[in-house]
Amino acid sequence: MNVFVDVLASAGLWEAVLRIATPLIFGTLGALLCERSGVLNLGIEGIMTFGAMIAWLTVFGGANLWVGLLAAAACGALFGLLHAAMTVPLGLSQHVTGLGITLLASSLAYYLFRLAIPVQGTPPTVEPFQPVDWAWLDHVPVVGPLLAAQTAPTFLALAMVPILAYVLAATPLGLAIRMTGENPHAAEAQGIDPIATRIGAVVAGSALMALGGAFLTLSAFNSFFPTMVQGRGWVSIALVVFAMWRPWRALLGALLFALFDAYQLRLQAQLGKEVPYQLFLMMPYVLSIAALVVMARRARVPQALMQPYRRGER
Amino acid sequence: MRLERRETQSAWLMLAAPLAAVAVALVLSGGLIALSGASVPEAFRRIAIGAFGSRLAITETLTRATPLILTGLAVAVAFRARVWNIGAEGQLYLGAVAAVAVGATNPLGLPAPLLVLVVAAAGAVAGALLLVLPVALRLRFAVDEVVTTLLLNFIVLLFVSMMIEGPMKDPLAFGWPASVPVDDAATLPHLVERSRLHAGLILALVMAVVVQYVMTRTVFGLEARATGHNPAAARFAGVPVGRTLLKVAALSGGLAGLAGAIEVMGVKGYVTTDLSPGFGYAGIIVAMLANLSPVGVVGAAIFSAAIFVGADSMGRAMGVPSFIADVTVALALLTMLVALLLTTYRIRR
Repeated sequence: MNVFVDVLASAGLWEAVLRIATPLIFGTLGALLCERSGVLNLGIEGIMTFGAMIAWLTVFGGANLWVGLLAAAACGALFGLLHAAMTVPLGLSQHVTGLGITLLASSLAYYLFRLAIPVQGTPPTVEPFQPVDWAWLDHVPVVGPLLAAQTAPTFLALAMVPILAYVLAATPLGLAIRMTGENPHAAEAQGIDPIATRIGAVVAGSALMALGGAFLTLSAFNSFFPTMVQGRGWVSIALVVFAMWRPWRALLGALLFALFDAYQLRLQAQLGKEVPYQLFLMMPYVLSIAALVVMARRARVPQALMQPYRRGER
Repeated sequence: MRLERRETQSAWLMLAAPLAAVAVALVLSGGLIALSGASVPEAFRRIAIGAFGSRLAITETLTRATPLILTGLAVAVAFRARVWNIGAEGQLYLGAVAAVAVGATNPLGLPAPLLVLVVAAAGAVAGALLLVLPVALRLRFAVDEVVTTLLLNFIVLLFVSMMIEGPMKDPLAFGWPASVPVDDAATLPHLVERSRLHAGLILALVMAVVVQYVMTRTVFGLEARATGHNPAAARFAGVPVGRTLLKVAALSGGLAGLAGAIEVMGVKGYVTTDLSPGFGYAGIIVAMLANLSPVGVVGAAIFSAAIFVGADSMGRAMGVPSFIADVTVALALLTMLVALLLTTYRIRR
């Protein structure tokens, strides 16, 4: 049993947890914002892929890392606008449109990447975000050193949690989003425009998703390669259910998931000879399904999720 | 802007809308081809030649269309009943693994046609079970099957990789990760000499007709469509909704699993982790392009296969990344969704 405990006690594990959690925090918050307004966004996997690509390409073209993040957010917002235009005023199936967006965004990302960067032996790299290493963090007990090892986008993700929680819980805008997700007809009776609210929420949520992808190329790896998002978008969709559509629980879910992922990576290194490595790789997905089974009944889904809203039609 | 339901759907609109959708998708991807600096008319000409320009091109397109017909049928059947089966890819791979598990040896010495049937059935059963599980989870625990079927795709692909590096590993594959091949008696005959086109195409076409019949002419088909249209009303009318959904899951997963078994028996003879270049996901597009009509799936599958095969050969000839095929097909899906909406609604200011 020593192996299991030693791994848990290492600082490297906890640094990795924050790193692995970052794209999941962005993705889960983004999906959560969309769903709170009543729109399921299965475009997430593709939007993250495109965000990863365009952020990398922008920085590779000589722009600042922050401009790369902005470019990703802007492209994510555009794909969100496409998803919203099809599902909100037109009321098309959110499932099918979302999958269409995923296929379009990811294949477009591969296509544009190949146009810009012809096939090479080793993929070109950019200078990624460096650990922040702020001096004052050394004085923070326990988590100080862990945070000092992180890069700026991780802090951005962590900051988004209270911001989104506050906006949703305590602002008129948040109330409009929540009402639209629960009952768009009632929202309209209160003078809220459900169509505009949904479009806005999907656009903003999709921008967050793309930032999750951008983290992968600008902080985690410093190059772009196809399939690098590796199901993180789908895991985020599962985490929204685990989070019961609440931002703080989304953070908790992403951290738990990342802990598990980081832990299995290290166990794999220790036990890899005795157990097929694929079993370890399967665990995050099995865990996601298990979390869904446990949480789905208890979670209170936004009542109007996936219900198209048409004025004067029930 | 608002949508207004049309009282009548004119025949020419029903015909023109899908054609317009495909045209718009082709124009948009033409713009993307132009970005690469290649001549757009020449690129489209090469795609057409690559897909249909020779005997070999036609057989390649039909070979590629075969699994797409089956996964397209799988998705169409499921979506009709509003079972959101996003897991056709995983069902296909599990069907392929089951085909190898049953077909690698022929201990009973079954004659070829019988062994082919047994192996195909094994693939179908495996695929069916893989969709019955998430649908049962939905019925029992209210877990949305969209996410579970998606996550199962990843699990199955890792399982395949585990099998071909472990118990099913081919010792003669020189370390290349591939499964042992199926018995010669379990391979499908070729339809055209010196081509990869195999009898699986006929099986897929037969399944399209059978599924069309089942969905439109049987009590089960009516119950499945009623459940998809309005579950509450269907339950009120006495449809056993839960049981119907499980049957739909078995049929849908079975078709996708069959696709995997047929790919093994017809094309490769063994399983690798690149057996399918996303046939399961493309099946979703095929089904939507066909507006969930089983017979329409055949046309949509051939269209998609032609784009993939044609773009591959165009890409090689002109140096345009062949990812343009996926972009075109995804664009066609989105434009088709809008076009189909416009056949039932009109937009009013």
